[in-house]
Amino acid sequence: MASKHTVVTDPDPIFGKLTWDSFPYHDPILVTTFIVVIIGSIGIIGSILYFGKLKYLWKEWITSVDHKKIGIMYILVAFIMLLRGFSDALLMRSQQAIAVASESGAGYLPPEHYDQIFTAHGVIMIFFVAMPFIVGLMNIVVPLQIGARDVAFPFLNSLSFWLFVAGALLLNISLFVGEFAATGWLAYPPLSGLEYSPWVGVDYWLWALQISGIGTLLTGVNFVVTILRMRAPGMTLMKMPVFTWTSFCANVLIVAAFPILTVTITLLTLDRYLGTHFFTGDMGGNQMMYVNLIWAWGHPEVYILILPAFGIFSEITATFSRKRLFGYTSLVWATAAIMILSFIVWLHHFFTMGAGASVNAFFGIATMIISIPTGVKLFNWLFTMYKGKVEYSSPMWWTVAFFLTFAIGGMTGVMLAIPAANFVLHNSLFLVAHFHNVIIGGALFGYFAGLTYWFPKATGFKLDEKLGKWACGFWTVGFFVAFMPLYILGFMGMTRRLNYYDNPTWNFWLLVAGAGALIVLVGILIQFYQIFASIRDQRKNRDRTGDPWNARTLEWSTSSPPPFYNFALLPEVRDRDHWHDMKQLGLAYKKPEQYHRIHMPKNTWAGIVISGFLLVFGFAMVWHIWWMAIAGFVGMLASWIIYAFERKKDYYVEINEVEAVEAKRYQRLERAKQLAEEAERDADKATTISV
Amino acid sequence: MKNLFQKSLKISVGVALALFLTSCGNSEYKLFDPKGPIANEQMWLIIHSTWIMLLVVVPVIIMAIWFPIKYRKNNDKNEYLPDWEHSNKIEAVVWTIPILIIIALGVITYITSFSLDPRKPIKSDKPAMVVQVVAMDWKWLFIYPEQQIATVNEIAIPVDRPIEFLVTSDTVMNSFFIPNLGSQIYAMSGMENRLHLIASEVGTYQGISANYSGFGFSGMKFSTIVTNEQGFDEWVVSVKSSQSPLDDSAFRELRVKSRDVPPKYFSDVNPLLFSEIIEQYTGGLNGK
Repeated sequence: MASKHTVVTDPDPIFGKLTWDSFPYHDPILVTTFIVVIIGSIGIIGSILYFGKLKYLWKEWITSVDHKKIGIMYILVAFIMLLRGFSDALLMRSQQAIAVASESGAGYLPPEHYDQIFTAHGVIMIFFVAMPFIVGLMNIVVPLQIGARDVAFPFLNSLSFWLFVAGALLLNISLFVGEFAATGWLAYPPLSGLEYSPWVGVDYWLWALQISGIGTLLTGVNFVVTILRMRAPGMTLMKMPVFTWTSFCANVLIVAAFPILTVTITLLTLDRYLGTHFFTGDMGGNQMMYVNLIWAWGHPEVYILILPAFGIFSEITATFSRKRLFGYTSLVWATAAIMILSFIVWLHHFFTMGAGASVNAFFGIATMIISIPTGVKLFNWLFTMYKGKVEYSSPMWWTVAFFLTFAIGGMTGVMLAIPAANFVLHNSLFLVAHFHNVIIGGALFGYFAGLTYWFPKATGFKLDEKLGKWACGFWTVGFFVAFMPLYILGFMGMTRRLNYYDNPTWNFWLLVAGAGALIVLVGILIQFYQIFASIRDQRKNRDRTGDPWNARTLEWSTSSPPPFYNFALLPEVRDRDHWHDMKQLGLAYKKPEQYHRIHMPKNTWAGIVISGFLLVFGFAMVWHIWWMAIAGFVGMLASWIIYAFERKKDYYVEINEVEAVEAKRYQRLERAKQLAEEAERDADKATTISV
Repeated sequence: MKNLFQKSLKISVGVALALFLTSCGNSEYKLFDPKGPIANEQMWLIIHSTWIMLLVVVPVIIMAIWFPIKYRKNNDKNEYLPDWEHSNKIEAVVWTIPILIIIALGVITYITSFSLDPRKPIKSDKPAMVVQVVAMDWKWLFIYPEQQIATVNEIAIPVDRPIEFLVTSDTVMNSFFIPNLGSQIYAMSGMENRLHLIASEVGTYQGISANYSGFGFSGMKFSTIVTNEQGFDEWVVSVKSSQSPLDDSAFRELRVKSRDVPPKYFSDVNPLLFSEIIEQYTGGLNGK
């Protein structure tokens, strides 16, 4: 992110707007970061080549259409982007902790740099951390939960992932070439228009979101069809696991809401590139239309993030309470109600725009109504624990941490929904505290719970439990220390996005908030160490049965990690908690008499190649390098057409291969049984000795 | 470790709460230190709605702590009902309580949306005074059409007199906000927004922009001097005596981007300036 903004008015035919000044070689922070990134990349690429793993990566991961592998890659990228988004958070916290002054220039970040940081932080955390994290979990889990062998459109799934990666790369390129938007994460015009932001930052924002947004839209289509059409025989809608239900509602929201984003961004693109006036005053354009459109997408987006997290908590609470989920039907209806209601509340993001009292009252009350089904959900989880046997595994830790934080976040949300109260709370740090409260305490804690819960399913070994609990502890305490002061600062009248402030009493609370961010940092570092340590000690944590938590739903009936075809024979579902039911009836782990050959999709090069060309196109559009844009677009189109004419996109796995894979699985189960018996004998011995 | 975690959680919440409560009476809490009836009503609205919601939030938090502890795996004294998954009684209660609370809050929302509507004129025996507000890069321009004066980053208003702020922008979106007096409203180019406020206590209160508007945003502050009628008249005279009218060249100079601008007085102003600023952005299409 260059802090010096250069405006090039007449682009060169070869290099477009790119000049030497586009590179921030004068900024020591960025040059150092750049060198670290380059050395890191050379190290990674070098070791891949040295160990001869390139072919393996290409065959097993990059071109893979296997939903489980795509899910793992999504989460990997989400964690990398979390590092960047969190670095931005630390930069902001430290700037605000020291910038008490009456004039611009306080602290160590000038507004030109700082404003890009808070913009990037919001964009990264929502689009490139939260979204891929939950899409990754849905990828890993949903097909397994419904007893499918893959998603409905495996190639589209791979394309979605690589489009998302292209968007993420484009955003990261802006760090070293040119600059990023300094407009706030939703880039309201006229500020994001050409007149007030003539540099390329907003163009990076436009193309990064456009490309990754199309990927998300395709994911939505894919999962709606997968869940509707590919459930195992016997699994009626009301027998679907709750996570599948909430994912389904989230994907319906994606399909309905993301086109609004695509169109809104396109209109802003036209304003910036062709001089149209959709959102600027001339020629009858209107900035208020943009704000309405972007939130007509933006509010459902919030529920796209949180609904699947609600599903995760439902699964985990039932599993670790050793009990059926309380009020399944009412949970499903509550989810569906939230899905519909989330589309009629967008105006609560700008009550202060000056709409009439009746409009504000309508949207305020509609917003509050959402809190009814949400409250019901909380009660359902609580009553799932009631008269159960709650086991404190680390996923359960995240869940209880969620109950405590989310109750507060929900309450402050309803406060903000009262228009007359919103008139003084809007855009204050109270608002910032509120949405971090629900997104961290609600969505993110849910993703971490889900990651811990399904990690053994995806990889074959558990994450270290003890480290997981420490991470949860640091995150929770850090969250409270970092964000409760922001509620207080909101009451003090501090508005958001300030680069400096002249009120010394705010400083104390901002220092506390900064300390909270450091506590969260410890939590994140523990998580990274946890992943490293768990890979290192994977023998110890190996899951040989496929059901490490003694869980209830279908995904636990197959091995961990599941074979590439997921299920040798498609299950016949009789109960909501199908796997639990089978274990009760003694039907679990039975070897079938006969296998059939299995129809599977083939890997494809097309996802990464198409996305690669789109990345080139996006970069060229940002810098107005028209020849390169044409080349990128034609390349994208051509590779898509070539892929469309490819004939052999699928194949059959023959019976003997299935038998071989399954035989190994039953060996592992045998071994697990032995180990369990040995452990029991040891335990017996121990008790005899102590007696 | 669990105890350690719980302990640190308790301590941190406790410390935060104690610090918050001890400092609450302090005037730094602008939203709890209202200097006018609008801000006062909004403060009580926040406090009352919080109490109503605590009726459900507190039991939830208690249950969220109590249930997992009481029904922990190793506590054998409990009844264990692994297949119990439905109860009409509980369902009725968990749907009814939130519904009742939302009905109560909904009624409050409806009433206050009208009673605290920023456009609603404030009832008073004194006539309302108009102040025109223009957000610029990065300062606030105030025009007093009746007094024919203009200022930058400073306003004075007579105490207990309703003020009608007409708000627009000569640049990107901003939000006009004086926390001690209550409601904010967006300042948008090509549009006139209206905000009625009244101050009931003499003093100087800070005004800000509450919507990010670019690199100079943090410095878009102004002082609001609330004074008696006599003090206000004196202030107008002092502005008049500045001898520099807001003519075309002075206005062009104001339009140049600048940060942390100190207060400025203009002794005279074109009474149509405000509407001319708005019309620049309507492209000759709106309202004609």
